[in-house]
Amino acid sequence: MTYVIVGAGPAGVVAAETIRKLDPHGKVVIVGDEPEPPYSRMAIPYLLIRNIDEQGTYLRKAPGHFEDSVEVVHGSVASVDSSAKSLRLSDGREMAYDALLVATGSTPILPPVPGIDGERVTTCWTLEDARKIAEGLRPGASVLLIGAGFIGCIILEALVASGANLTVVEMGDRMVPRMLDETCGAMLQDWCREKGVNVMTGAQVESIEHRDDVAAVRISGGREVEAELVISAAGVRANAGFLEGTGIELSGGAVVVDRHMCSSVPGIYAAGDAACGRDFSTGDYSVQAIQPTAVEHGRIAASNMVRHGSVTHQGCINMNVLDTIGLISVSYGQWEGIEGGDSVSLLDRDGYRYISLQFAGDQLIGANTLGITQHIGVLRGLIQGQFRLGHWKSRLMDNPLLIMEAYLAATQGA
Amino acid sequence: MLRSLNINPDKCTGCLQCEMACSFENEGVFNPAKSRIKVFSFHHEGRFVPYTCTQCDEAWCLHACPVEAIKMNRETGAMEVLDAVCVGCKVCTIACPFGTVNYNQSTGKVIKCDLCGGDPQCAAACPTEAITYVDADATGLDKMRSWAAKTDNATHAN
Repeated sequence: MTYVIVGAGPAGVVAAETIRKLDPHGKVVIVGDEPEPPYSRMAIPYLLIRNIDEQGTYLRKAPGHFEDSVEVVHGSVASVDSSAKSLRLSDGREMAYDALLVATGSTPILPPVPGIDGERVTTCWTLEDARKIAEGLRPGASVLLIGAGFIGCIILEALVASGANLTVVEMGDRMVPRMLDETCGAMLQDWCREKGVNVMTGAQVESIEHRDDVAAVRISGGREVEAELVISAAGVRANAGFLEGTGIELSGGAVVVDRHMCSSVPGIYAAGDAACGRDFSTGDYSVQAIQPTAVEHGRIAASNMVRHGSVTHQGCINMNVLDTIGLISVSYGQWEGIEGGDSVSLLDRDGYRYISLQFAGDQLIGANTLGITQHIGVLRGLIQGQFRLGHWKSRLMDNPLLIMEAYLAATQGA
Repeated sequence: MLRSLNINPDKCTGCLQCEMACSFENEGVFNPAKSRIKVFSFHHEGRFVPYTCTQCDEAWCLHACPVEAIKMNRETGAMEVLDAVCVGCKVCTIACPFGTVNYNQSTGKVIKCDLCGGDPQCAAACPTEAITYVDADATGLDKMRSWAAKTDNATHAN
């Protein structure tokens, strides 16, 4: 068997390692298009703030970890011929496969404004991007960040710590609208203002004019900001364009997979940000674009590539944790709640602490928190365990901070 | 033979000696807030329940870590955080469905029970044998771990 894995992120790497264990004699090839060893984009904020060096971002630390067990090919895939079971790289090389994994992740979307392709504009996605940003950060540098979503927020600390003059422009009505409810998003904005960061919400960049030593950024409402560095963090989309012509079903640009992580074309699987997979909470298929999901997908896809049907995906729970200049926010599952469900929240606005719980009947289905870090994972346990809370639901409605106690009661009859 | 913590809440008096011992052993201060084992109080029922990591087989924390900062100690079976490698991304804290990996804001790293390298101080400090360190087979850990299975994202065909 020849297994080809396209993409060297967490989904691809975990898949390769899993296949290696399950089929010691198969040939495993990882195709990656970045020059560095497989690394974690999640670690980039900590590289920018200089807590770690580039090696600290690597997914696997042991020298020769990959070379000793799999074949690593540097290149990008141009096209796939699913009937011949072969793929072609952009440099013309061809490669045959018995099972193919699309673990190509996603790429930042650039907002369609004039001047976005200028040299003072960068995304924050790759190690190469991180080097460019690090170069542009110095005390007093004017930096404009497009997007206060997850990526924008998680790099704020590094931007602030560099002493740069920072402007943040967010299109949505609040910060991180896809992860935080209105209360949470508004508190996060207050927090940023308190830290001296000007976050404009409900605002859009209209154009970027590149002058000799600055970029003049026009923002809706007639405002203009001069920036030496513009960082665009305005969302991502799946890298699956090379599958055109294969007849593979895509949704929103990502590969739709079944519960064996297999696409609509037998022999081609997908995992991670490139996969539209089953969501635990809703049973619907969506792109979660989070590390734990990438790892789960990679592991389950690999098992099915070795023996199709061996592992059935139950669906991943959507979850996120975000550190914005030291204020930590968390979301789980159906944090927006459902129609006919109950919810409870507790707010300490001055102390920057908040928790909101969402219920369906007496089961917890989602949560949003701010400024709470102790025992936070138990929210996952409660949601994914689908525990019937019984009278503990009313205790949680009285005091939503009793999540740990509710869990112990549900699991140990405490 | 691997050993593991055996917790018997019926014997716990809520004295918090375990939290003090854990905090002193691992953080150098007597501060229950910094303990990796936590005693939860159930006032309605008049019960105390000590609670910490079971070093579960699923090792959600280890698998969720993007940079290999959590490794299993083969002698003790404990999942240990490698401080020098942990970047502080906190993904393990939301991935652990038991809520037993916590972020320590003062160090920028996560902390969890590591069985004190094979000599857990919580068990040594417990005056009532509510916490003991015994052969893994004898702990009835299966009951706790069966809950871990409920959080699995996959079912396996035989």
